[in-house]
Parts: sequence; C-alpha cells; structure tokens
Amino acid sequence: MSSLLTVRGLAVAVGGRTVVRGLDLELAAGERLAILGRNGAGKTTLLHTLAGLREPAAGRIELCGAELAQTPPRRVAQLRGVLLQQQVDAFPASVLETALIGRHPWLKRWAWESAADARIARAALAAVDLAGFAARDVQTLSGGERQRLAIATLLTQQPRLALLDEPLSHLDLNHQIAALQLLSRTAQETGTALVMVMHDPGLAARYCDRALLVHGDGRVESGSAAAMLTAERLSALYQHPLRMVEADGQRCFLPL
Amino acid sequence: MPSRRRALLLLAALTALALASLVAALLAGSYAVAPGEVWAALTGTGQDTAGAVVSGLRLPRALAAFACGGLLALAGALMQVLLRNPLADPYVLGISGGAAVGALLAMLAGLALALINLFAFAGAFAAMLLVFGLARGDGSWTQTRLLLTGVIVAAGCSAVVALILSVAPEHQLRSMLFWLMGDLSHAGTPWPALLVLALGLAAALPLSRDLNLLARGDLIARTLGVRVRGLRGAVYVLASLLTAVAVTTAGSVGFVGLVVPHLVRLAVGNDQRVLLPAAALAGGSLLVIADTLARTLVAPQQLPVGVLTALLGVPVFLYLLSRQAKGSAP
Repeated sequence: MSSLLTVRGLAVAVGGRTVVRGLDLELAAGERLAILGRNGAGKTTLLHTLAGLREPAAGRIELCGAELAQTPPRRVAQLRGVLLQQQVDAFPASVLETALIGRHPWLKRWAWESAADARIARAALAAVDLAGFAARDVQTLSGGERQRLAIATLLTQQPRLALLDEPLSHLDLNHQIAALQLLSRTAQETGTALVMVMHDPGLAARYCDRALLVHGDGRVESGSAAAMLTAERLSALYQHPLRMVEADGQRCFLPL
Repeated sequence: MPSRRRALLLLAALTALALASLVAALLAGSYAVAPGEVWAALTGTGQDTAGAVVSGLRLPRALAAFACGGLLALAGALMQVLLRNPLADPYVLGISGGAAVGALLAMLAGLALALINLFAFAGAFAAMLLVFGLARGDGSWTQTRLLLTGVIVAAGCSAVVALILSVAPEHQLRSMLFWLMGDLSHAGTPWPALLVLALGLAAALPLSRDLNLLARGDLIARTLGVRVRGLRGAVYVLASLLTAVAVTTAGSVGFVGLVVPHLVRLAVGNDQRVLLPAAALAGGSLLVIADTLARTLVAPQQLPVGVLTALLGVPVFLYLLSRQAKGSAP
C-alpha cells in the first residue's frame, strides 16, 4: 500500500531552536499515530509543518506521493485536514455554517454549498452529538461543544489525512472516548490516516497504532504504540517517573 | 445557511430600496418638481427649469451620495474581515486621515476644487502606502500590527489636521469642517465613484467565500486552502482604494462604513457572498436618504451629511441590536 504521508530527514525549528531533527516517517491509509511530548517540545510546530502551514528547516514532506510544498493549497486542503488547537470566533455564525466551511476546498469559485454538502455536514454534526445545534450561534457554545464542532468541521472536509492538535481538549470524559471512537471508526471505514497530538499516554495506547515521542531537544523516537508507550520511555519523555498498570487488557500510566 | 434564493430575494429588496431612495432624492428639494417632470427630465424630454434642477443638480448629487455610501460600506465590510475586528471601519487604518491632511492643505493654499480632490486622493494613497510598508516590515503582517500601525498613522494625521485648523484663517474654517464631517454639496460628477464601486464589487465578489474563511482566522483559512498572504494584501489595497475614492468625493463621511456592514450582518448573517453586495446597496441608500435630508431639513441652509448619517444610523442600529439580543436569549 502506498503511503499517504512520507517524511524524510525532517527538521523543525522554533525561534532558532531545533526541536525535531532527522525525522523519517511513513503513514499509510487507516493508520493512527499519536504524538506525545512535554509542553513546548514542538508537537504543534511539528504538526503544522506536516500540514504545510509552516516551512520545514530541512527535509522533505510528501503528501499522497507529491511534494507538499509544490502542491497547490486547494489540492492540499482536499487531501489533508487540520484540527487547530484553538477555535476563536470573532463574528457570529451558525453551527451548520461553521461545519460547512469544511466543504470549501471541494467547491468551485462560484459554487454554493449544495444539499449534498449540507447532508455531509449534518451527518458530521450528528456524529459528534451536535445534531440539534445546527442553528445555534457558535459564539454561544461551550468550550467542549466548540471543540466537537471543530471535529465535525474536519469530518465534513473528508480529508485522507487528518492532523489533530489535542482533539480531546475541553471534552468531558464520555465525549473524549466518543471522539476517539468516532475518529478510529472513520480511519477504519474510510481509510483516513490520523495524526493526533495527545496528552494521555493511556488513551494513545488504546486508540493509536503508532506513537511518536518528541523530546524537544531535537530527538524523536517513533515506533509501534506497544513498543513506544512503556513506563521507561514515557518517564524519560516527561522527565517524571511513571508506572504502567494493566487493567482489563488496557494500559494505564500513573504518575508517581 | 443562507440559500442562494434567499440571498437573491434580499438583494432584490435592497435594490428596490436603493431605487426608492434615489427617486425620493430627485423629488425632494426647495424647488418643487412633480413626479411626471422627474420622469420627463430623466428621459430627456423635460421642461427647462425642472429638467435642469433634476438632471443637472439633484441626479448627480444623489448618484454621488449612492456611490460614496456604497464604497464606504463595502470598504468597511472588507476591513472588518481583514482585521477580524467588528469595530474596524474604513478609516481605522488612517486612509481618511491622510486624505484630510491633503484636502485641508489644498484648502489652506486656496487651491481649486479639482486640486483639493487630487490632494485628498494623494493624501489617502500616501497613508495607505505608509501603513502597508510599516505594517509588513518584518513580513509578519499580523492583524494587531496592521491595526496598531494604522491607528498610529491616523493619530498622526489628526494631529496635523488640528494644526492646520488652528492656523487656518477664519473664513476657511467652515469649509474645512464640512469636509471633515463629510459633505456632498461639492461632489461634482458621480461617474468615477460609481465606476469604482462597480469595479470594487466585481473584484471582491469572486473572493467572497475565501473572505468567509479569512473572517474565521488566518490559520483556519490556510488549513482549508486559502492563499492568505495574497488575499490579505489584495483586500487591503482594495478596501483602501475604495475608501480613498469615497473621501475624495465627499470628505470623511462617518458612520456608514462602520454601521452598515453590521446592520446587514444582523439581517443576513456574515456570509460575504451576500454581505458585500448587500452592504454596498444599503450603504448607498442610507447616504442618499441622509444627503436628501441634509439639504432639505433646514433649507436653504445645508447640513453636513456626516452628521445626518450618524443621527439616522444610531437609533436604527441600537434598535436592531436590542431586538437581536432578545431574540437570542434562551
């Protein structure tokens, strides 16, 4: 199977400091990759670089076999979607309108959103438990509702590669699990590849096939979730001792 | 989601409002003209005096008012998206300040009307280049940087304006104040401004769905495939040129550029595909009505139209805002 995302010798720098060096990565359809690291380690910067929102300091990124930097922005937006860390709404807009912006890369310049586009958006809203919210103003949503709307917008975009920056932020426990199950189901059914910046190694172990540890000093480690998410590696990553507990076949990590 | 059909209905209603405001402007005035005479004048078969008043005086002035109002409302809507700030207006980035400095200097030097207009446009253009150059100095081009640069340039311009006003001879003060408040009695031929309004709309409409995304933030727009850098540059230049043409025609008429986009947004939502043409029509109509009142309320004396736009717009806006607040309460 050909790879959706291919990264060779990638280096990422923030303010003159190299946070990622020599990253090689291949992601195939349906694969789920977790990115973990301490605050300020460069997880978001790496994600934005993979999304083409930022120039890499060195190395190459290929999206669906084509050089990312050479691909027209609209084509890039049809292939990859990004869930940003923060959603800020300066102007009022309805929830449905907001989900529908995900259709933008698919519409011709003079085209208006069709009934089919609206169906896709409504289905995405229903999938994140916002079915009755279509007419609500986004400025009246709670943080968790706004986050679920952002996930619905990403699903409406129907990208082949979804890059999610802290998809679980602001979500309560049941919606965290629901969101991860929804994303995993999407990956399985449509072959969408997922890259998720996460903070809970337990959830990463449960819902991701692979993990990428970002140490912040340029070192990165990547491999299968089972190999990467161990008490030893995570204690070194977070520079805080962790203990692994297994219950009902799931891994949990307790900070000591 | 505003459907295309609803958008067309709304635009048709606003077009009717615009035509009604123009007809009212042609009928109203100290010289009584019957509706039949207006029609005769417009079709070129009119009697001498009525025909001269309608097609020579009232029509050009009403069209100039419509063009200025449309330009300001369109520029205001674009600035609000560009700066992602609902409080932005066409003047916030110092365009009108630059124009005012140019116009008042020309008045101080006793230059002719055409030269005053030329100086106003040159001042607006200089302010635009200055802000553009300074704001993108390090290539970062953030909204905050652009806004701060514009506000500072505007503050500098108003200091120069105050300086000119304080050294100007007494007999020039009145015309200077009228220019600053916005006044259409020296508007001249309306066709250049109307042409720029049409071209401006034609340039903005193909970008309007991209602008919807820009209003939600640079980063989200880029994730959805918008070329944000080029778009922001284009919108800045376009909004500045529209503003420059408007202030060159009528001085700095306040309020239209800030409030009309909001009025329209309250009525139709923030979809720029509807908002931009609707704002142009509504802004034009508001300024035609305001200018008609300005020249008839205390005739034969004329009021500066900028005062009327605020007096008309403030209550309407507050009413809509309070209605909206009640409507969205749980």
